[in-house]
Amino acid sequence: MSTLPTLMLLLLGVAAGGWVLRFAGQKATGNAPVFRDMPFAVAFGYILGAGLLAFSVWYYFQPTLTEAGTPNAGVVFFRWAVQFFIVATIAAFLFRALGRTVGTQFSKKMFRQMPLTASFGVLVVIVYAFTAIFAAWLAPHGQEAIFAKVNVLPGGNAATGGDPLHPLGTDQIGRDLLSRLIYGAQNTVGIAFVTTCLAFFLGGSLGFLAATLQGWLDQVLSRAVDVLMAIPSLIFALLLMTIASAWAGSERWLLTVYMILIIAVIDSTRVFRLARAVGLNIVVMDYIEAAKLRGEGMTYLIFKEILPNATAPLLAEFGLRFCFVFLTIASLSFLGVGIQPPLADWGTMVRDSAQFINFAAFSPLTAALPLLAAGAIALLTVGVNFVVDWMLHRSSGLKE
Amino acid sequence: MSALVEIRDLWIEGRSDETWSPIINGASLSLNKGEVLGLIGESGAGKSTLGLAAMGFTRDGVRISKGTVLFDGVDLTLASASKKRELLGKRIAYVAQSAAASFNPAHKLMDQHTEGPVQHGVMSRAESVKDGIELYRRLRLPNPEEIGFRYPHQVSGGQLQRAMTAMAMSCRPDLIIFDEPTTALDVTTQIEVLASIRDIVEQFDTAAIYITHDLAVVAQMADRIKVLLKGDEVEDADTRTMLTHPKEDYTKSLWAVRAFERPQKPAVHTSATPVLSVQNVSAAYGKIAVLHDVSFDIHQGRTVAVVGESGSGKSTTARCITGLLPPSQGVIQFDGQSLPANYKQRNKDQLRQAQMIYQMADTALNPRKTVGEIIGRPVQFYMGLSGKQKRRRVEELLDEIEMPAAQYIDRLPSELSGGQKQRIGIARALAAEPKFIICDEVTSALDQLVAEGILKLLARLQDDLKLSYMFITHDLATVKAIADEVVVMKDGEVVEQGPKQDMFAPPHHPYTDLLLSSVPEMDPDWLTNLLNERGVDNIGDAAVDKMS
Repeated sequence: MSTLPTLMLLLLGVAAGGWVLRFAGQKATGNAPVFRDMPFAVAFGYILGAGLLAFSVWYYFQPTLTEAGTPNAGVVFFRWAVQFFIVATIAAFLFRALGRTVGTQFSKKMFRQMPLTASFGVLVVIVYAFTAIFAAWLAPHGQEAIFAKVNVLPGGNAATGGDPLHPLGTDQIGRDLLSRLIYGAQNTVGIAFVTTCLAFFLGGSLGFLAATLQGWLDQVLSRAVDVLMAIPSLIFALLLMTIASAWAGSERWLLTVYMILIIAVIDSTRVFRLARAVGLNIVVMDYIEAAKLRGEGMTYLIFKEILPNATAPLLAEFGLRFCFVFLTIASLSFLGVGIQPPLADWGTMVRDSAQFINFAAFSPLTAALPLLAAGAIALLTVGVNFVVDWMLHRSSGLKE
Repeated sequence: MSALVEIRDLWIEGRSDETWSPIINGASLSLNKGEVLGLIGESGAGKSTLGLAAMGFTRDGVRISKGTVLFDGVDLTLASASKKRELLGKRIAYVAQSAAASFNPAHKLMDQHTEGPVQHGVMSRAESVKDGIELYRRLRLPNPEEIGFRYPHQVSGGQLQRAMTAMAMSCRPDLIIFDEPTTALDVTTQIEVLASIRDIVEQFDTAAIYITHDLAVVAQMADRIKVLLKGDEVEDADTRTMLTHPKEDYTKSLWAVRAFERPQKPAVHTSATPVLSVQNVSAAYGKIAVLHDVSFDIHQGRTVAVVGESGSGKSTTARCITGLLPPSQGVIQFDGQSLPANYKQRNKDQLRQAQMIYQMADTALNPRKTVGEIIGRPVQFYMGLSGKQKRRRVEELLDEIEMPAAQYIDRLPSELSGGQKQRIGIARALAAEPKFIICDEVTSALDQLVAEGILKLLARLQDDLKLSYMFITHDLATVKAIADEVVVMKDGEVVEQGPKQDMFAPPHHPYTDLLLSSVPEMDPDWLTNLLNERGVDNIGDAAVDKMS
């Protein structure tokens, strides 16, 4: 049978199942409101979800080796994903339970209202921050140390091409991948954090200033921001980095400083827009008028009256913006103009081992090499987004 | 005959901080066809919740925990979603407090009007349009043929409220719930809306639940009144009995509110320099002139009430005085000295001397600052106090407004009630130790009992501190209560001014007369008599047009 008719048949089956579920539910429970008011789409969704769950369980227990002796890569990766998911869920759950019993009144209350996704996100952020700060103590080797064995596979099992000395393996020139991942947290995350803070300071203060003063200053700033935003940001960053690398010459650290400035300026345009929009809603409030009539200066107005009321949206934006900055840095490093070797950086690590992904079908362990750094990037992005989602939800729930 | 709506022993709970707390404790009511029930109480009494529950509806985070709501024999608490869909809009309709916020601004009135009847299969679109025009005519909307083809922002607030009533009527429901439909309107507009609602409810023999906190309004509208206090029923009686012989103390206290009135003060010496003198002020927003040659004086220890409908230029006058809107002509004098037109050019002392209290305490207090910070800032800014001295002064001020400092100093505005917030606004103004305070509709967003408390506080502060007030309001009961002199404004001009006793005694300027006669009175026959006097077709808009 070809794919399309099979798919149609499956869909029909699910649809029929949904109808049966609802009908049977109504009969069995004597028309309880759950089944009585259940739209068909919801019943359809239940059956589809149940089907997918059953399929996943079945697929999970497929053998990892085909009869011919080659690895069944799909099953291997699926098992890794499921195992990671289960571990992550348990970790998040335990973390939240811990937060509910230990700590101040305020933090306990916060953890009680926290969904599991948010506690996972908080956990990820804490782990990353911890790793980044204590990288020098945590990493078993230096980020630049080179060992004799090259291209050791992850797993630490000599039988599958690993080495217990290097649990996550080594790269093409023999550097320990675990150590480089840990140092990467420091370099990539640290630089992204500094850049985001700078972007917020710049964009936030100018945005509030434009919202408060309005008039020609607002026009000038807003149009300048429009011009900057009109240029695709990655291309623009690449262009400026090319110029900057000519200025920096052989001073590698100077290039990193330029990169921080360039990305901060480009991203501050987005922050400016948000701060200005939020600020415009706040400056029309009577308490701002009262402060103006009291004779307060601009600094007091912006930092004492407007800023406290804009923290919720700005914090949420900070989380998102941090992810974007972080991804931009990783992209620039991947393209070779970002963080410079021999500093460990996740973007560079992905680029260096990218071609190994081609071996996925024959040797899942080899393909895992680029996935390690890519996974580190993805995990932080997802974690931060969970936290941001939760904060947005909370701040909107409080206000409207 | 069995009742149309029968609510028996209804308990409603609301969720806050993980727990369910009661909102309505075992309310019962029954309503016959064609009967109008008035629900009154302070904000937070649960009157809106009970009104919505009569439709089988609860807001998010609110649930019916016990009891039944029978509508025409159907229990709405158990009815299925599809059954409710059949009833709501068709047989039960709802008119919200703010029509401006309830209409979809992207669609024309008529398109929104016809949606219900067409969806419920009562009428075709063409029939519904015809019927809508007829309803607009009966509700005495101007240009009934055309008004439906405008967008919500193109008609006035009072017209929008009537259009919403027409929309509720579109399926000829058996029950309409009016949730404070006139609270946001001026007295003159309120009359038109009240009269048209009453007529149309009578014509179609519709039952109605009329929710309001204004006793005089409910007296005109309802056959029966139910008084609620914090979710408990206090009293239920037919309107005339309730007005003449209230049984419970709480009901009596509600009735007594309007009696507050300050004694008349002796006349000022003509030679005395007024604290504030507005001289021939004209002002414009862009090219649109909004104030024309406005002049009045405010003397020390006196209250001047500035009265008028919305759009009459009351608040604009206040903006000219504070310097937010520099006048195009004329001067503002303070203690005989001319003030710079723009507030940015005024010095700290000039700014300190004139303070302002705002209508909406919600937007006038920074939600992220504690009471101590809000009041402490002007103390620090103008008086240069800090640390312990500042705290002591803040505590004194909290004492002054009758709020125990220990309890309130660290609270955020969101943890205060509406009346308490307004008191904090007063304390912030007092912290500057001013001579003169502008009160911009300070009581219009408050319940009557709370508003009376604020007025009494302001009166006491005036006696203690020799303050002068400019009191902007559209409520004449407030004027009666607190003013010494009255300035009546219309379309940016002063139409009449003088001492209060002169203003409330005839002869009046015709506009003052219209305003005065539009204030609802507790007499249930008041509206009928008034309409007869004016001639039914001659109310509100028409009356004003004739005179001007």
